[in-house]
Amino acid sequence: MAFAAFATTEAQPQAPKRKSRIALFLLLPGILYMVLFFLTPLISLILTSLQAPNEFGDIGVYDYAFNWQNYVTVVQEYWPHILRSFGYALVATVLALAFSYPLAYFIGVKARRWPLLQSVMLVLVIAPFFISFLLRTLAWKQLLSDESFIITSLKALSLMAPDAHFTGTPAAVIFGLTYNFIPFMTLPLYTTLERLDLRYLEAGSDLYANPFTVFRKVTIPLSMPGIVAGTLLTFIPAAGDYVNASRDFLGGPDTQMMGNVIEANFLVLLNYPAAAALSIILMAAILVLVGIYVRRSGTEDLL
Amino acid sequence: MSVSVREFAERGADLELVGIQKRFPGFTAIEELDLTIPAGSFFALLGPSGCGKTTTLRLVAGLEEPTRGRILIGGTDVTETKAHQRPVNTVFQSYALFPHMSIIENVAFGLRRRRIGDADARAHEALRLVELDHLAQRRPAQLSGGQQQRVALARAIVNRPALLLLDEPLGALDLKLRRQMQLELKTIQEEVGLTFLHVTHDQEEAMTMADTVAVMNKGSIEQMGAPEQLYELPRTVFVANFLGQSNLFTGRVAGTTDTAIAVDVQGTRLVVPTTRAARHQGEVTIGVRPEKVALHRDAPAVSPSRNVLGPGHVIDVSFSGVSTQYIVSITGVGTVTVFAQNIGIGPIASEGDEVWVSWDVEHGFGLDDDPADAGKFAADDDTHAIAVQRREALVAELEES
Amino acid sequence: MSGEVQAAAVLGGLQESEQLEDSGHRGGRVRRQRIGLGDWLLPVYTVLAFVFLLIPIVYTLVFSFNDSIKSNISWRGFTFDKWLNVCNVEGGAVCEAFANSIVIGLVATVIATTLGTMIAIALVRYRFRARSSISLLLFLPMATPEVVLGAGLAAQFLAVGVPKDMTTIILAHTMFCISFVVVTVKARVASLDPALEEAGRDLYGSPSQVFWRVTFPLLVPGILAAALLSFALSFDDFIITNFNSGSVSTFPKYIYISASRGIPAEANVIASAVFLFALVLVIVAQVSRAARAKRLAKLS
Repeated sequence: MAFAAFATTEAQPQAPKRKSRIALFLLLPGILYMVLFFLTPLISLILTSLQAPNEFGDIGVYDYAFNWQNYVTVVQEYWPHILRSFGYALVATVLALAFSYPLAYFIGVKARRWPLLQSVMLVLVIAPFFISFLLRTLAWKQLLSDESFIITSLKALSLMAPDAHFTGTPAAVIFGLTYNFIPFMTLPLYTTLERLDLRYLEAGSDLYANPFTVFRKVTIPLSMPGIVAGTLLTFIPAAGDYVNASRDFLGGPDTQMMGNVIEANFLVLLNYPAAAALSIILMAAILVLVGIYVRRSGTEDLL
Repeated sequence: MSVSVREFAERGADLELVGIQKRFPGFTAIEELDLTIPAGSFFALLGPSGCGKTTTLRLVAGLEEPTRGRILIGGTDVTETKAHQRPVNTVFQSYALFPHMSIIENVAFGLRRRRIGDADARAHEALRLVELDHLAQRRPAQLSGGQQQRVALARAIVNRPALLLLDEPLGALDLKLRRQMQLELKTIQEEVGLTFLHVTHDQEEAMTMADTVAVMNKGSIEQMGAPEQLYELPRTVFVANFLGQSNLFTGRVAGTTDTAIAVDVQGTRLVVPTTRAARHQGEVTIGVRPEKVALHRDAPAVSPSRNVLGPGHVIDVSFSGVSTQYIVSITGVGTVTVFAQNIGIGPIASEGDEVWVSWDVEHGFGLDDDPADAGKFAADDDTHAIAVQRREALVAELEES
Repeated sequence: MSGEVQAAAVLGGLQESEQLEDSGHRGGRVRRQRIGLGDWLLPVYTVLAFVFLLIPIVYTLVFSFNDSIKSNISWRGFTFDKWLNVCNVEGGAVCEAFANSIVIGLVATVIATTLGTMIAIALVRYRFRARSSISLLLFLPMATPEVVLGAGLAAQFLAVGVPKDMTTIILAHTMFCISFVVVTVKARVASLDPALEEAGRDLYGSPSQVFWRVTFPLLVPGILAAALLSFALSFDDFIITNFNSGSVSTFPKYIYISASRGIPAEANVIASAVFLFALVLVIVAQVSRAARAKRLAKLS
């Protein structure tokens, strides 16, 4: 009766087709967006990096060309900045890891008995996210300026030479990078350590390993996914950062990184091909480094 | 009779599966299945994991589409309809209660979708049936496993489906709760008179609850019938071993009378009534249930109404309170398992003792399997699955005691 | 990536993480050992680490009350003035930048959350050939330095001849937010028990009813967390904004530009207000979650 009536209302054979139409409907807008505003910009960045100056010599006007010498020029001109970018980022990443690991270990492992304390500490770790990172960096600039309490005390204790500065030095830039990316390091470390099954550690000490060996042979390997994720989350933005190294923040004339010269070439000098070439170099170098790193640490499935 | 999802089923409906085949990419879940479940019955599909029983259930629910074949409910072909268009409801293995809705919203969900009036009143009524009306405003996460199971049941039966599907709904419960729920389910089925299709791997559950049990193996039904019938007269090695335990012997038919066949098992003649034997000539497999076998310290007198094997040696005795299990090794025949009621005090034989075993001729059965196939079957993965299942059952029993 | 996602989760306190409830099952009990060096070294270190992490925040909060004249560098006395007259400085430039940031954040969040959620559902629920390349397309922006993303978009707008304004900022922010939304929501979709949707179908729900009454409500916590993350990322973004904003000011851009001539205390006021607002939000979410967990524990 009625049942038979609606049995015919919906034709079945089109089901797979309809399914793929739904998938297409769900994917198309977003994917189109990403192609339009991520993929094509990358392509136009490559095209821009090969542009040649306008034949009439107008400033900021370039013609499409295959001017690969742009790359040679920027490497020759900016190789100290390139080295600085990766050097600073590397040191900052190592420092952030050294700072974050014990912190994440305490929150994720030692504090398991007190869930409330654990969540309070987690909120404190991400609290810096709630306040503009520019203001945080400026706060450090004031706190570490030559007239500040910290620096004058250090000088009084003869831990610093009387005429030395902290802001404007490479150390200050690395300090700023480390500070700003600590939460990005701590959170993934916390996630893996929080899931660490302590019975493995007990098994390790049961099998005659001393605490240090247990840490080296059991804890560290088991927290590898967090270490890899944290170092990537720190290294990539640190290498491209230009706020910390900027002269108005923690940097000085001799601390400029790739980000600074990309910004200067793009927004001030209007030398778009140079900025684009530097960007491509930065991205390619990061992709290669990340690829090698991920492969070596054996955590490819993480991506 | 045909049923609309816009109205309640007056009573359960027949379910008919005709020539069903279901292939998934890479494997075939159901090779060829024909099955008729009469209206108002409590039907159990019993089998080890991976035998295709859950796939069968999902096909009936409309959650999967058959590769081939037809599904009829109450005589109406529903093969082409979707899950939400079928007068069928499921109690899911994980209960699948909507965590973001209260209990009452969960139970009324189906009624509201079908725009049936008085949804709340009917939902409360269904909750009263499972004695959980006082928890109507709670969320599923606030209920215990047994309570969730009852809500899932109420959510299904409130729709008065022509057919109620139960997908191992008791699997997650502990033994005591399971017993209680089994009883409750059976009572509800009798009260509301629906057709129940119950899928389970628990033979005891299937036998205590269902009036018809179909034993499934490797995507097809091995044997179907009332629980007593299946147990007393298994037709295949798989059924003989999956449903309880069996002592099986293989031999050639050496003689036939009007009422019985005699099988030569390594020189010993074992007699089985003709009516209880599926094959009457050639190589056959016969068997007897361990609790039907008697253990003797002395050679029993030869009698035409009893089969006797022996002498043999007791190689294992395990005492379990109510009964004692003896394993007797008989040269040339193999091992025979005996369950003896613990009528006296303590075991009647100990390891190494010389004993005989005997059973009433009327208790033997002859299987339909070709012994050659049965031999192959013994090496199959599925027997391993059965072994694992047995061990789990044993562990569960151990935990209970 | 995961760090940001967790930040969002904690930020919202909305993802029902089993972290707290589960800890017991993973050998959560730390066996009591001899009181040794390690027993107080780690807690002391943790306290010091938090002091270090929070110093600049406290500094920023304190200097929002500084009775400064122009640049807010040295302490000149306590005042509420800056809090009461936030918009009165430089013709309200700070407030205008702040309002722009809010508008940009909201619009980018709505678009990114919608598009990202749709992609996340499709990625988990449907199998198609281009799946891995689409995943790569969504992952890559998160592995690309912001300066490259910013420069790329700027080069694109330049090539096409689009003038930089509010729209270009929104377009840029939406782009990098989509990736984070996909990651966050995808995890939620993948953790959904498929039996719930099947139960919806079994209980006479049509495909659209099942989606809106079962699937979507269950995804809401993940979608909300993704939206909060998007807004936070957009609101705090400076690098990409700097390349694509033209003459439009946002709050971070305002700070960057003012840095050379001194930041007015009003900027501290706004940053502090945002900080306190977010903190209250998180605390409320955490407390209500803890209360809910407690209620559940009591009942079962």
